[in-house]
Amino acid sequence: MTTAVGGRAALRMDRPDEQGRFGDYGGMFAPETLMPALQRLATDFADAWADSGFVAHFHDLLEKYTGRPTPLHAADHLSEETGTRVLLKREDLAHTGAHKINNAIGQAILATRTGKTRLIAETGAGQHGVATATAAAYTGLECVVYMGEKDIERQSLNVQRMRMLGADVVPVSAGAATLKDAVNEAMRDWVRTVETTHYIIGSAVGPHPFPWMVREFQRIIGDESIRQLEGESVDVVVACVGGGSNAIGMFYPFAGRDGVDLVGVEAAGHGIRTGRHGASIGAGSPGILHGARTYMLQDDEGQVLEAHSISAGLDYPGVGPEHAYFADTGLARYVSITDEEALGGVDLLSRTEGIIPALESAHAIAWVAKDAARLAGKTVLVNLSGRGDKDMDMIAAKAGIG
Amino acid sequence: MSRRGLDDLFARVRAEGRTAFLPFMTAGLPSPDRTVECFEAMADAGADAFEVGIPYSDPMMDGPTIQVASARAIEQGMTLKGGFDVLRRVVEATGKPSLAMSYANPVFRLGPDEFSRRAADAGAAGLIIADLPLEEAAPVAEACDRSGIGLVLFAAPTTQDERLERIAARAPVFIYGVAELGVTGERDEQSDHPRTLAARIRAITRVPLVMGVGISTPVQAEALAPYVDGIIVGSALVRRALQSPRPITDIAEATRSLVDALSE
Ligand SMILES: Cc1ncc(COP(=O)(O)O)c(C=O)c1O
Repeated sequence: MTTAVGGRAALRMDRPDEQGRFGDYGGMFAPETLMPALQRLATDFADAWADSGFVAHFHDLLEKYTGRPTPLHAADHLSEETGTRVLLKREDLAHTGAHKINNAIGQAILATRTGKTRLIAETGAGQHGVATATAAAYTGLECVVYMGEKDIERQSLNVQRMRMLGADVVPVSAGAATLKDAVNEAMRDWVRTVETTHYIIGSAVGPHPFPWMVREFQRIIGDESIRQLEGESVDVVVACVGGGSNAIGMFYPFAGRDGVDLVGVEAAGHGIRTGRHGASIGAGSPGILHGARTYMLQDDEGQVLEAHSISAGLDYPGVGPEHAYFADTGLARYVSITDEEALGGVDLLSRTEGIIPALESAHAIAWVAKDAARLAGKTVLVNLSGRGDKDMDMIAAKAGIG
Repeated sequence: MSRRGLDDLFARVRAEGRTAFLPFMTAGLPSPDRTVECFEAMADAGADAFEVGIPYSDPMMDGPTIQVASARAIEQGMTLKGGFDVLRRVVEATGKPSLAMSYANPVFRLGPDEFSRRAADAGAAGLIIADLPLEEAAPVAEACDRSGIGLVLFAAPTTQDERLERIAARAPVFIYGVAELGVTGERDEQSDHPRTLAARIRAITRVPLVMGVGISTPVQAEALAPYVDGIIVGSALVRRALQSPRPITDIAEATRSLVDALSE
């Protein structure tokens, strides 16, 4: 194959095609009741995103309300420990403690612009729920958050935060009572309330235009990182992948650049071979989940399988369709890290840098530590997607402290 | 049976000036060994055709009743293969045109051709795929054509007229009019949505119109009968399959009162 001008960069898609697809992935596998709303949303988002007033308002809120730009921190002590130069993009320092606020603010002001009065969301780790509840409080919209019962238990701090912010947190008991089931329930709400309600999906998943819109609201992570690097080159860019919003937000601006290796870290849970994991790309197959064609965990007859991860935000049997496209085209590669390794990542970053990461983000840290030998001498940019306060009970229990 | 079974049914009910009744039941309910008997009882009570629910792990368009039914059927060993087998036995035992109801993922997991061929082999007259809108329907519609079965397309209260025209132009075996906003499940009240939608569809096309979602009582069914070719009731029957101590007797009785309401 010849490399045309731009080479791999030409593979990167500014926006999905007319069918809402990135290559073979994405689309709109939604019930008819939602189709007019989804098509309208695609147009409304495109209009808003082309409107400099809207974009300026978005960036102004990110700056003055959520505290952007988040720092790019040279993690010298971690670098020493791992023998590779590690830079951390500090999304944990954004208001509410994770990258999720970028998307929640963006979609909330879009909902206001289009006259919606009510916001709904699903949440796994609770970070997206908190971000949506925050954006709802700020914009004065009503807010309902669906959350699996298992996640309500393991992320109770975030449940309290959502309630403090005035959101109604609705427990979901179906299935494994985790993120996938919360998405189902939010979709069911939306089918009933679509005339007044906007569904702020929390990751780069769902039917078109969500994966594209969420990526656009999250690409600030990568765009900002490139500015903060001031011309310094990086060899590897790493991010954890649940539905893939922090990862696509970080990866997209780098995608196709020569010499940059994009690495998405999925949850290996108890280990890929045990079958108890969340590695949709690493160990799944193409299928249709939550409105999009993408890699997912399923059996031979197309029943969705349950994911497993210590981290509620990665405990999901699917992944955003653009990641499926990145995986197939080689724009990025995807690896996985077990629960135990992730706990090691929490420990490592806490000790070396004085930063307690979210269990999700700890997967990215753990991969750097695990692959340190191969990364020696390189510059590695890690998206530190969130902070670990929400996970303290679980981490303390596992570590036998507290 | 092929799509003809449904085409003939709608021609017949139109000629007779009545409204067909198409009950939905999850394959494997009320129990794996009594599920065919349950469909037979509904046929005896006057059902014209069936929607056989192939239980899916993530039924996004379904409310609590059918969610619980799907989960229970799967727990008790119902599979896609098993669902097609139930459909085959239902068609053999009752001779009624029957549709397989599923979600997009199983269809694309097998591949649209394999899925529709298996449905056709089992005697299905058509497919209803809850999360397969017009934009994504082409590969499945073409596969159904090749297998000689019909694909149902949906129209909802939110569907604009211009879109209704494009849905009708695909000549589905029938248009499934989504009567109420929201997922499947019983409703106490009937909104204006179903009548408005039926009138809009009627103004645009002669394609048979069957309404479902949120229709559960004879009163609700009767109110819509003049506007549609058929009525689908699911959750009200599935609830009986899940909860009643005499599920088949109860389902037969409920079917009879719905059939009676439609022929008033
Ligand atoms: C801190 C943090 N990182 C990562 C994720 C995973 O989501 P995504 O893959 O969309 O970034 C979550 C989700 O809850 C999260 O809270």
